[in-house]
Amino acid sequence: MKINQDKCVACGNCTYVCPMGAIYIDPVVKRATVNLHECVECYACFNGLSQEHLNPTLIRTVRRIFQMLRLRFEPEPDVCPTAAFEPEELTWPRVVRRAFSDPRVPHESTGVEGRGTEEVKTNDISGRVKVGEVGFTIEFGRPGVGVWMREIQEMCWELAKAGVSFEKKNPITSLMSDVATGTLREDILNEKVMSAIAEVKVPVERTEEIILLVREVEKRLDTVVALGVGTRCDADGEERVVAPILERLGYKLERAKTNTGLGRITNAAPETVKLEVLSR
Amino acid sequence: MTNTLHRFGDAESFRDDYVVIAISSKGRNDENAVPRLRRFLEIARRFNPVNLGDGRHGGALRPTQSINPLSHWRRNMTPDFDAVIAGLDVATTAAAVFDNRVAAEDFLKEVREADLGLSVNISTSIDGAEQCCHAAGLCRHSVGYSLGFEGKTGHLPNEDVLMLSTMCGHGMVSSSLAKKMIDWVKEGRRTPGQAVTYLTRFCSCGVFNPSRACRVLEEARTRTK
Repeated sequence: MKINQDKCVACGNCTYVCPMGAIYIDPVVKRATVNLHECVECYACFNGLSQEHLNPTLIRTVRRIFQMLRLRFEPEPDVCPTAAFEPEELTWPRVVRRAFSDPRVPHESTGVEGRGTEEVKTNDISGRVKVGEVGFTIEFGRPGVGVWMREIQEMCWELAKAGVSFEKKNPITSLMSDVATGTLREDILNEKVMSAIAEVKVPVERTEEIILLVREVEKRLDTVVALGVGTRCDADGEERVVAPILERLGYKLERAKTNTGLGRITNAAPETVKLEVLSR
Repeated sequence: MTNTLHRFGDAESFRDDYVVIAISSKGRNDENAVPRLRRFLEIARRFNPVNLGDGRHGGALRPTQSINPLSHWRRNMTPDFDAVIAGLDVATTAAAVFDNRVAAEDFLKEVREADLGLSVNISTSIDGAEQCCHAAGLCRHSVGYSLGFEGKTGHLPNEDVLMLSTMCGHGMVSSSLAKKMIDWVKEGRRTPGQAVTYLTRFCSCGVFNPSRACRVLEEARTRTK
């Protein structure tokens, strides 16, 4: 993302809306500037700010007068008064940042927006997580911290050593050069993204082992991790297997997503429902 | 739906937060999904949602690409549900947000009867989701638990900010803006209702809950931590 220095009036609105805190007013040029090292190309500034098209010279003059008179200049906080944001053409590997950070852009590997995975949202027709299995969504960088791909690789390495199966229809898996070892492509390791999800599946008996493994590895990462645990309910719609394990591990379960089972296959020639994992 | 799964707060804080999402699965039921997703939103509209949205175009309050200077004094603060429904043109996720359980239950009942063939998920407290499913005559198929945030949690802001910013799980509502809005409400520069409209416009899939956000801002006004 680029800010047109001829248009910017340094109102500072964009410094607050950047989820990564990567925009600042450069004291030398007195213009908003993007720290490209930290910018994850989420486009929150470009997509989220309403755009005015005011004359920059006029606005700078007004701001200077207000400043001299010690009057508070209080524009609407979600407006760029001069439409100064200009997206740049992104090339590989920087384009990876946007794919994982701008939720409106579908991932090429899965065709899904956001973090690019259906998880158990469509489990009622995908059969992704079956009875007796547990699906983990290990999300890095959320909320508002961001994560470097090399940190994700560190977790994937350990998961692979533990012999788990990575979900095939997942953007992180699609960027692995070696799924068996959890190794990501070398050329993306120094890319930072808003957040990304590694997805693995194990038999329910391994739930505790995987959680303890994740807890151990996350100590070495300079980011936050949000762990989601998905499982099937029984014929009565109850879930009596995984919740007790999680509670025994000290988790207080507050929130969950619930698949209501209303989905059904309607395509004329649907994909075959199969075990969608890559095993070691 | 990891987007809505990891909202920050305890179960009690989700008493006014019920997010219902419809999604098609690529290759299985995505053909002709758009009219069915639109139907989902049309049904939701009848039950007084606090937000509607889709994953490609955003929610019921959106930023404007060419704002008029005069609109600073008369900005549109009313969610435009019709625009969301009419604008849905690709097979993506459709979301309806309610601030009370009865509305969510009644909506789910109607969705079940409509038999759209889409996967429908509800994201709220565990008990809240169970009650909604029970009332709607639905048998839960799968459940995904949130275990919260771990790792370097020292990077995270305070709880009020987290409750606001995590309502857009894609991270489009920044912690800094959420903090700024709390400060502005404390200073009396904006009402919670006004502050919420700014935050809502950044959520790019329409799952932000303005009603809960308003409550959080009101509670944060007098909090001392």
